[in-house]
Amino acid sequence: MSYTTETADQVSSIAGEKYKYGFVTDIETELAPMGLNEDIIRFISAKKDEPDWMLQWRLRAYERWLTMEEPEWAKVEYPEIDFQDAYYYAAPKSQKDGPQSLDEVDPELLRTYEKLGIPLHEQQMLAGVAVDAVFDSVSVATTFRKELAKAGVIFCPISEAVKDYPELVQKYLGSVVPYSDNFYATLNSAVFTDGSFVYIPKGVRCPMELSTYFRINQANTGQFERTLIIADEGSYVSYLEGCTAPQRDENQLHAAVVELVLMDDAEIKYSTVQNWYPGDADGKGGIYNFVTKRAACRGRNSKVSWTQVETGSAVTWKYPSCILQGDNSVGEFYSVAITNNLQQADTGTKMIHIGENTSSTIIAKGISAGRSQSTYRGLVRMQPGAKGGRNYTQCDSLLIGDKCGAHTVPYIENRNRTAQIEHEATTAKISEDQLFYCSQRGLTDEEALSMIVNGFCKQVLQELPMEFAVEAQKLVGISLEGSVG
Amino acid sequence: MTNMLEIKDLHAEVGGTEILKGLSLTIGEGEVHAIMGPNGAGKSTLSYVLSGRDGYEVTSGSITYRGQDLFELAIEERAAAGIFLGFQYPVELPGVSSTTFLKTALNAVLRQRGEDELDAVQFMKRLRVHTKSLNISDDMLRRGVNVGFSGGEKKRNEILQMALLEPYLAVLDETDSGLDIDALKVVADGVNALRGPTRSMLVITHYQRLLDYIVPDFVHVLAHGRIARTGGKELALELEEKGYGEFADAPHGSEAA
Repeated sequence: MSYTTETADQVSSIAGEKYKYGFVTDIETELAPMGLNEDIIRFISAKKDEPDWMLQWRLRAYERWLTMEEPEWAKVEYPEIDFQDAYYYAAPKSQKDGPQSLDEVDPELLRTYEKLGIPLHEQQMLAGVAVDAVFDSVSVATTFRKELAKAGVIFCPISEAVKDYPELVQKYLGSVVPYSDNFYATLNSAVFTDGSFVYIPKGVRCPMELSTYFRINQANTGQFERTLIIADEGSYVSYLEGCTAPQRDENQLHAAVVELVLMDDAEIKYSTVQNWYPGDADGKGGIYNFVTKRAACRGRNSKVSWTQVETGSAVTWKYPSCILQGDNSVGEFYSVAITNNLQQADTGTKMIHIGENTSSTIIAKGISAGRSQSTYRGLVRMQPGAKGGRNYTQCDSLLIGDKCGAHTVPYIENRNRTAQIEHEATTAKISEDQLFYCSQRGLTDEEALSMIVNGFCKQVLQELPMEFAVEAQKLVGISLEGSVG
Repeated sequence: MTNMLEIKDLHAEVGGTEILKGLSLTIGEGEVHAIMGPNGAGKSTLSYVLSGRDGYEVTSGSITYRGQDLFELAIEERAAAGIFLGFQYPVELPGVSSTTFLKTALNAVLRQRGEDELDAVQFMKRLRVHTKSLNISDDMLRRGVNVGFSGGEKKRNEILQMALLEPYLAVLDETDSGLDIDALKVVADGVNALRGPTRSMLVITHYQRLLDYIVPDFVHVLAHGRIARTGGKELALELEEKGYGEFADAPHGSEAA
């Protein structure tokens, strides 16, 4: 039997069992009434004890959302989402007022995070990584806050920031992704529940890695997280987010918004390891991951770097973008997107060059296996003022088997004749010859595949913070288990 | 003395066409056998059947390797059990550095043999011993496996893998193809250095030239899917002189292919 014929059999026998984060935490949960209307938004806002300006902002977004239509231009297919058939707020009952210290966190939640490999007890944690743990609609713990505060760094749940740092939130929330931006971002603006808030003051190099770990637990809930990071002049921060969800038969919606603001000489390194439940081998269940991420390089010489490893979710719709406004600002996008079984991913970036001598780099690696579809979609735009702008784009696709698809859709718009734009793209297929060669040297097909794919993604994986690069390498192997016979 | 390999009345087909038609061959420990024959005789098919490649279906006959039924082992298990195939056309693995590949392969084999895996330092130490004699540069080790390698570099890389994996039975498929005389000498020296009382070799070649450098104990002519003639090293010289003409016709009693 050829390896491609075996692919289908193997995939159906193995997939679904390999997602090791598919467990459910049994915990008493407080839910908003099902569905979405103005009262639900008031309910969420009241739960969070928000000031009136925040509620009004949400209501404006909701009103706007009612007039909008779901985008259909992406190369993904899924049944129509019934936005009334979901809960928009779910919180563990024990977390009523937000714990003041780890001793107050429900032990069941601590066990959950431990099982996910994210121990929240500071003494057990990875040295030098502070974690904000978001469980369904609330942040359950944020570690190392005191240590960070000594350096002047604010790292807290955004629901707290709304109350504690209203001037910063009011100034920057929606300043990069306006509440009217797009269907999912507008929905998020109306119903967002939690997420992280980071402020790095002038000249401060954040003394540790910051990370947020998102977990969807409750059935029939959407997660709408909102993250806002502000890097003031000359500051630096490296931030990482991870995500998992239980294995369920129904689809769940995750519509996040992330906004990054960079002043003169500031640098943000933002890394994502996305491992939401991808659905089973027949495409049943899985997360719809519809995310808007954008960075505004407002200051001169500012630099933002997006690195993403996307292995989970049934459907991914995500384009972390850079607005390069400050002169000499730099935008980078490094991406690995892996789809297996019936997963679909339409992902890429937008590099909007506004300032002089702005430069951007895009390295996108797409790996498709099973019957999945993977699309790179990216925009590079040089505005008239982008004198001396530079872009280099490299899109590589790797196919495993003969039932999957890889697509590259670059949009290039140049309005300045001094700007230079380079675009390279390749497509390759893992051949039976390659697998046989590796097997003859003692490797199983899984080992061979993992080695070849990791070689293919090396350029991107090496951009991840070191603690996570090893994890990501393993994840790459696990995501493709069963994709060859 | 135990035999390394015993092939009895082997029949094998590819895509429904029978290629090997009753091949029998016995290789003793430490012996070097050469298989020669015209194009299309089934030389490469034999090497793939020995390594267990998909699509090469054995329909009857048996292969006993070191006392064990070979057909019970998967490809990678055969590799771990000490069967090494030197490829006629080594495959490129873009993005996978040669060092990573060699270390991954060696550790996979050691693991299956129940031995301790090597860490980076131990591995590099072992690697250095062989790269020097095979004239393999650090640059080659950093590049993707076989990517942009010349014909000679690819074959030297095959011999390097063989040296690291320390097989009991090395099957070298047309190792001389694509090599100029200097490259051929380097490769042959590498092979000869690995000859020993517990290691057997099956050298598949179309031309006699290679056998000037790797001197075999036995020479077999493979024609029409079976061993048509067996002799000593002088048989190779005779074939060089006369060509494969006498084996061109179907042997008596068998059907024309």
